[in-house]
Amino acid sequence: MRAVVTVIGKDTVGILHKVSGICAEYNVNVIEVTQSVLQDMFAMIMLVDISAINGDFSELVDRMTNLGKELGLSIHTMHEDIFNSMHSV
Amino acid sequence: MLNVYNILETIRMIQDECLDIRTTTMGISLLDCIDTDIDRACDKVYEKIVTKAERLVPVGQQIEKEYGIPIINKRISVTPIAMLAAACPHGDPVKFAKALQRAADTCGVNFIGGYSALVHKGFSAGDMALIRSIPEALDVTENICSSVNIGSTKSGINMDAVKLMGEIVKESAERTADRDCIGPAKLVVFCNAVEDNPFMAGAFHGVGEPDCEIHVGVSGPGVVRAALTKYPDASINEIADVIKKTAFKITRMGQLVGARASELLGVPFGIVDLSLAPTPAIGDSVAHILEEMGLEMCGTHGTTACLAMLNDAVKKGGVMASSTVGGLSGAFIPVSEDAGMIDAAMAGVLSLEKLEAMTAVCSVGLDMIVVPGDITPETISAIIADEAAIGMVNSKTTAVRLIPAVGKKEGETLEFGGLLGSGPVMPVREKSPAKFINRGGRIPAPMQSLKN
Repeated sequence: MRAVVTVIGKDTVGILHKVSGICAEYNVNVIEVTQSVLQDMFAMIMLVDISAINGDFSELVDRMTNLGKELGLSIHTMHEDIFNSMHSV
Repeated sequence: MLNVYNILETIRMIQDECLDIRTTTMGISLLDCIDTDIDRACDKVYEKIVTKAERLVPVGQQIEKEYGIPIINKRISVTPIAMLAAACPHGDPVKFAKALQRAADTCGVNFIGGYSALVHKGFSAGDMALIRSIPEALDVTENICSSVNIGSTKSGINMDAVKLMGEIVKESAERTADRDCIGPAKLVVFCNAVEDNPFMAGAFHGVGEPDCEIHVGVSGPGVVRAALTKYPDASINEIADVIKKTAFKITRMGQLVGARASELLGVPFGIVDLSLAPTPAIGDSVAHILEEMGLEMCGTHGTTACLAMLNDAVKKGGVMASSTVGGLSGAFIPVSEDAGMIDAAMAGVLSLEKLEAMTAVCSVGLDMIVVPGDITPETISAIIADEAAIGMVNSKTTAVRLIPAVGKKEGETLEFGGLLGSGPVMPVREKSPAKFINRGGRIPAPMQSLKN
């Protein structure tokens, strides 16, 4: 089972560190990271493995959303199934 | 394999284009709650609903978190209550409405639909009492929805029921005049009603359905419109293709949510209703899709053609995305619930007659239309008869949900708030159809019914 974390917003120091920190806390392994900074805008998409998660997935979602609010970024954590089902036949 | 473009597209649809699951609706059969003692029957109804739907709301919330997709409403549809009322002829059917309301409060659902009667060919035991009790039931409850099927392609139109429903709609508005006439906003009069519809106010759980199942109604007018803005100069068939692809994506999401809900609740997955259901929110309007296609304003000449294409493309795109498509499936045109329709009606561009024509090519009918408070019950009945005739002859579902604005006339507005929005009072013809309506009887089934 995998999930996708997307982070979009103004670039600041330590975004990747903080997001992956929460992942580590929940024993969620980061598989792939795509990141780009265009002018001031930071956009990151992180594919993570949640099969060995040591807690509730919805808790992780809340933590990420709250981190987003703290940093003034928009962070979405969604199960990969939604992307797979919407974009492939 | 996941790609960045697809991920961002999904997030944009949800964040900026109002993509959501409009409803997960649990259909529950109440046939095993029938009892000759009405109080005992009500207790059974309450018990069965709260047992079956106990986890409906928390499971919905869990899925919202998992997939990051909002599920706006959690609802329940039940067996038409007239069938239960038939067993207890001396009881007051409103007791059932109150039992349903208690169950809705306990489960925390937004609506329960099924305070209904199916009388397309005639009244059986319980039907008349239930229909007569509708104004009171909608007055004393908040989250209960009612529907009456008065016609079908197979059986024709029951004109006695049509006459009666004109009176019921009017009475319901009068009883709730102090609350913006909210009563008839929860009451739909159908021709060719479907048994697995997850959308309110017309949802009920048909007798051919299993004991318990879960349906999903998707929404996404904003997504379709946003997709069309990228093709300002495309031909109509190219636009139809864009709509098909977008409808596919929206419906896939509904299928995913439905399958997951079915798994978590341990009940069979019913259907995905692939409808474009607008809300009064900015960017969530079906009228704006039609305008994006090139109409200066919804309701002008060309609207019916655009809507026909839209409705067809939505079905074509959605049908492959789900294993079981059902319900109403198509574009909805509820006037008060659609920002673009409200503007068009206010400007006098969208008329009742144009809406009637539009209902011949879209999924439902004259929906959420506010009419003057001094409208006669016969005129309401005649509007119902016209609409039912369109449904009967074209073998499609049509519905009427009119709200007589008590004490208001053309130029004024009725405010419901929330998903129901607000609607300007639309003019109706003054000449009387009373003689026709008072004849009673039944319009025979059309030739189309003889298919065997």
